[in-house]
Amino acid sequence: MQALQNKARALLEAGTVQVVIGYGAGSDPERVRAVFVRRPEQTSQLIFDARCRQNLATYLLKPEVRALGKPALVCVPGTLRALLQYGVENQLTDEAVLALVVTDGAVTELPRFAAMEEYLAGLPRGLTPEQQAELDRIDSLSPAERWAFWSAELQRCVKCYACRAACPLCYCARCITDVNQPQWIPVSSDPLGNLEWNVVRAMHLAGRCVDCGSCAEACPEGIRIDLLNRVLAREALQQFGAEPGYSMRKEYALATFKPDDKEEFIR
Amino acid sequence: MAAFEPKIVAFVCNWCTYAGADLTGTSRIKYAPNVRMIRLPCTGRIDFMLILQAFGQGADGVIVSGCHPGDCHYTAGNYHARRRWILFRRLLDFLGVDLRRIHFAWVSAAEGAKWAELVNQVAATIRELGPYDAFPKRLACRPEAVEVA
Repeated sequence: MQALQNKARALLEAGTVQVVIGYGAGSDPERVRAVFVRRPEQTSQLIFDARCRQNLATYLLKPEVRALGKPALVCVPGTLRALLQYGVENQLTDEAVLALVVTDGAVTELPRFAAMEEYLAGLPRGLTPEQQAELDRIDSLSPAERWAFWSAELQRCVKCYACRAACPLCYCARCITDVNQPQWIPVSSDPLGNLEWNVVRAMHLAGRCVDCGSCAEACPEGIRIDLLNRVLAREALQQFGAEPGYSMRKEYALATFKPDDKEEFIR
Repeated sequence: MAAFEPKIVAFVCNWCTYAGADLTGTSRIKYAPNVRMIRLPCTGRIDFMLILQAFGQGADGVIVSGCHPGDCHYTAGNYHARRRWILFRRLLDFLGVDLRRIHFAWVSAAEGAKWAELVNQVAATIRELGPYDAFPKRLACRPEAVEVA
């Protein structure tokens, strides 16, 4: 924590960055929140511990944050993957953000996409055995049981769109759910609208989701929407070799195709 | 009460399947009248939201059909669509949506007979499955719900 504060102070004093985006104390001991540190004397606000999991990359593309100047961003692995995916999707240029990774009381600077790729290459990839087992457990149910499970889950959705707000890759200036001519998705909490919203969210993230888990953590109803992302991520990896957020050279899986994509379900 | 007749919505591309279905008609081939065709420029335009909307508005089954791979009027629209369908089907399956109600096919402009056979087969399948009551319906399609509200 001290190392992070010192690093942030040095960066701000040297003028390398104009703002350090990191984690600060939240409204209760359980929570942390994003802080935007713009002056060296404010760096004592910065904290870093196990509670700091929220993906702060979410803030980077907002015009009001861009207006603050060059940022340094306190990153967890999911944040780094989001930054690389921003690069792939032409939302961020190289060196536009300085990534800070805190490990064992030391701070590593990752100033370029290449450095982030290199850092991520040293970390374990893919779903953990527990995550795989979770998906397999649902897959092993009958379709009727799966439908019952998800109907009960999605019934609790209150359409607060916290999942969208927390997701670094839900950055459309105008989201389909805000479109009301025609109204694609009912605004109220309605069984069809809840299903549509969660399907559309998962589909628009298919092949792009960096599995940071921020959506499910943000959900006030505790709906396991991360499972929807994960099942699609697993499928996109198996079918198309999609591993978003690890390499600048990988294309978005749904923006391309192979003539021999599997089609045994098409007559 | 009359026997259940399924409502089937077919999303078809303008260049192949719509023309194919036209050929079915001009060839005087009879097929199940359960299908409502919606013509779109390309299978690449068939957003998965349209399929959900169809079920939400009372469809018991959906057919999605377009040009064979390699035949797309826009070169690659069907290839892109196929990738999306692969993931969309996986997601629906994971959610427990009845995949026996969603059928994908390639029907070219010369395959009038294939179109008739496809519709007949799908109609028979859905007739056996019965109405898709489990799928939530749009509020406007539930008069009883509107009255209460």
